[in-house]
Amino acid sequence: MTMMQYEPYETPDGRTIGNTLMEMKNITLRFGGVVAIQDISFDIREGEIRAIIGPNGAGKSSMLNVISGFYNPQEGDVWFRGTKRPPMRPYLVARQGIARTFQNIALFDGMSVLDNIMTGRLNHMKTGFLGQAIWWGKAEKEETLNREKAEEIIDFLEIQSIRKTPVGRLPYGLKKRVELARALVAEPELLLLDEPMAGMNVEEKEDMSRFILDVNDEYGTTIALIEHDMGVVMDLSDRVVVMDYGKKIGDGTPDEVRNNQEVIDAYLGVAHD
Amino acid sequence: MPDQLIFAMEVVANGLMTGVMYALVALGFVLIYKASGIFNYAQGVMALFAAMTLVGIQEGRVPFAHLINATFGTEIHHLPWHSVPALLAIALTVLVMIGLAWFVQKVVFHHLVGQEPIILFMATIGLAYFLEGVADLMWGSEIRTLDIGLPQGINTIIDETTFNWFGYGFFIDNLDIVAAIVAAVLVAGLVAFAQYTKQGRAMRAVADDHQAALSVGISLNFVWILVWSLAGFVALVAGTMWGAKSGVQFSLSLIALKALPVLMLGGFTSIPGAIVGGLIIGVGEALFEFIVSSNDIFGAVFGFTLNATENWFAYVLALIFLVFRPQGLFGEKIIERV
Amino acid sequence: MFYREAGDFKTSYAADNQTFPIAFDRYRYYFVLFIAIAVIPFVVNEYWANALLLPFLIYAIAAIGLNILTGYCGQVSLGTGGFMAVGAYATYKLMTAFPGLDMVTITFLSGFITAGVGVLFGLPSLRIKGFYLAVATLAAQFFLVWLFNRVPWFYNYSASGQINAPERTMFGLAVTGPNAEVWVKYLFCLFFVILLAWVARNLTRGTVGRQWMAIRDMDIAAEIIGVNPLKAKLTAFAISSFYVGISGALLFSVFLGAVEVGEAFGITKSFLVLFMVIIGGLGSIFGSFAGAAFLVLLPVALKVLGVDTLGWPTDIVAHFQLVIVGGLIIFFLIVEPHGLAQLWRLAKEKLRLWPFPH
Repeated sequence: MTMMQYEPYETPDGRTIGNTLMEMKNITLRFGGVVAIQDISFDIREGEIRAIIGPNGAGKSSMLNVISGFYNPQEGDVWFRGTKRPPMRPYLVARQGIARTFQNIALFDGMSVLDNIMTGRLNHMKTGFLGQAIWWGKAEKEETLNREKAEEIIDFLEIQSIRKTPVGRLPYGLKKRVELARALVAEPELLLLDEPMAGMNVEEKEDMSRFILDVNDEYGTTIALIEHDMGVVMDLSDRVVVMDYGKKIGDGTPDEVRNNQEVIDAYLGVAHD
Repeated sequence: MPDQLIFAMEVVANGLMTGVMYALVALGFVLIYKASGIFNYAQGVMALFAAMTLVGIQEGRVPFAHLINATFGTEIHHLPWHSVPALLAIALTVLVMIGLAWFVQKVVFHHLVGQEPIILFMATIGLAYFLEGVADLMWGSEIRTLDIGLPQGINTIIDETTFNWFGYGFFIDNLDIVAAIVAAVLVAGLVAFAQYTKQGRAMRAVADDHQAALSVGISLNFVWILVWSLAGFVALVAGTMWGAKSGVQFSLSLIALKALPVLMLGGFTSIPGAIVGGLIIGVGEALFEFIVSSNDIFGAVFGFTLNATENWFAYVLALIFLVFRPQGLFGEKIIERV
Repeated sequence: MFYREAGDFKTSYAADNQTFPIAFDRYRYYFVLFIAIAVIPFVVNEYWANALLLPFLIYAIAAIGLNILTGYCGQVSLGTGGFMAVGAYATYKLMTAFPGLDMVTITFLSGFITAGVGVLFGLPSLRIKGFYLAVATLAAQFFLVWLFNRVPWFYNYSASGQINAPERTMFGLAVTGPNAEVWVKYLFCLFFVILLAWVARNLTRGTVGRQWMAIRDMDIAAEIIGVNPLKAKLTAFAISSFYVGISGALLFSVFLGAVEVGEAFGITKSFLVLFMVIIGGLGSIFGSFAGAAFLVLLPVALKVLGVDTLGWPTDIVAHFQLVIVGGLIIFFLIVEPHGLAQLWRLAKEKLRLWPFPH
């Protein structure tokens, strides 16, 4: 078995969408008797913005947790960069180049914004324990190099003024941005965003949308995002997976999904039997 | 029947008695933990404090006498009466423990609502030091004997019965039997209280969900003072029993701490867990000590023997057990989320 | 006016990352170092060394160690006394088994041995969290003390069950034993304190420290962004135990000279060091020093006040000490969980704006 094969194409706005980066094959995830995800398959192509939408409790977050290795599905395989991924601990998944943000912000509250962002560079820092202990030389040089990368992202997300502020003191919208910075600074191949716009006002949503598009455009990062807000999703994404009650009910471009009867039912509410 | 097996049976019987006491102290922990999320390290010192207060009142001592004398050069020690009837002394001590509960809630934990569990835990360690200091200042730190008229010495009925059965009489102390019975009654009483009374229901509601309990009109403050009082009462009973057995002294608080591994074994939120855990630890440590200190069993195989293992056995057992089952025997399974 | 950062610009990230970014702080730090190294050894006497300086230095090492584990990595340990005992007994065994070995080597080796034991008892931390782990570390405390008390090999079958530090020299000067001069002992301990504090600072400011703090603040998220929890927790246990072991080694060999394990390394010692960390400030190297200084000073101050001034008997003062320490712990947890270090920081922030606070 291999992954799905696609021909690269260019979008109207000039981005290149490549071959399959990740493919989920027949994923089923259960918690005890509860089926959170039932036999779902879809793929994510290089360079695209892929959205997963669905009503509350549809299993979207569980799906993201499967991708980032936090949950291991009972059935099905995760394919990444052409090979099947064995069940592995989340930190190893992160090392493969998958970074993410969380629905309920998961920043390290006791640390400054800069330190939070620097944690995103962990997998790029190779100085050994002894080198760290002595600091002079290798560790200091590496710290400075990675600090430059962090500062680049700080500039990109326009959070220069708060870099030394403890994260706990920040307002919600900025926390979301810092979290995005922490994920971005890892230079991931695949960026997972769990409801990046939840709880934001219109302005903040616009800012965040702009950042997402810029990330995708400037760094060529593939993005998979979960979102509630249909309007935003349709504008942002190249393709959309729709989930409901743990099942996939639609998959395609925003336009295709918009006209899918099952999707309309799920969102407008049709009695489930 | 081989001798070693008969001895072992005696050890198990005694271990069960101790286990019931552990279960009782553990129950004090569970009460507070369930209702407030506080893991009360000071429970052991509360037992010590209660026992010292009981002895002090019984003997008619003046609280802080030592301090007063040192400061003012006076020579006061006793109130006009030299012995207070046991029941009255117990009643007065219960009042003191309720006062303590009120103090602890008002002065300490009222200000720590919503803090992380580990901060609360460390606060109870501070409380333990504070209470120990206060108890010493109030009553002095000498070892005291506690006598409220409980029967002591070998139980002759068991001695004779077992002698008739095995040709070897079991040594079981009357005090242990009384302690086990009292503990069992208290455990049953507390469970019934939690299940069938209005206050008990309020307690359980708070344990389930603070916010929800608050929204149906339950006073959190009242419930917390109530559980601290109950825990104080449990501490008094445990302190009395152990104090009567081995004297009222600092090590009492360490014995009471054995409830910690009991809880790790049984799960912090489970009353049956506390009981089963207590029995397992009580029997386990007694049996382990019996085996490794015996020349004929452990010594015969390894060529040396160990003793005083009850200092650590419970903790190491709980540690090993937790590695395989982090939520304890009866605790709720932990599902991690992001 | 004196204490300010205005005009103190940084032109490189390295300069921005330094330990004391404000020039005034930096000079004060050099000044303290100068006093500690070049002045105190010449003026120190027996009383000051034994009552204050040596215990302060030795406990500061233990406090830094515990702070790494608890303050930085978020794993509460009540086994510090037991690990200090490991350091002490390792030193004793090494001193008696290899009389020719110098004390620096012996002390470091003891640290490594303790680190090994610490890792062993740290393994359950992968499964056990929060106060479950705290209680689990009590297993280390009680088991280790029992082990050194009951297995005669550890105390070389001595009749008293005590261990006594024989005389060992460093550069021809006695460091341990009854003939050691206080200034030698002082400098010996100071060497370890400066070295270890510097290493702790380096570890906590870089990747290693950030991994620890990530685990402390939110372990699940930390793992998802790429922190290996096994490695982070075990390194914290290893480093922490290394420090605590060295502290125990120095406490025995240099300071006390003779030790009975239950007395010197009982559970009260675990709490003493934990309190130093809480009062000083969780997650702060400076706080470890502040906490150690405070709790070393407190009994001395209380003695001067209670016994010498008010004429109280010593036991009352000892009881008061319990009340005060317990009360302070609660006070700090309620009012300022980041301890003296945070109070110091706040004071500095005020000072920075003084005399124009707006």
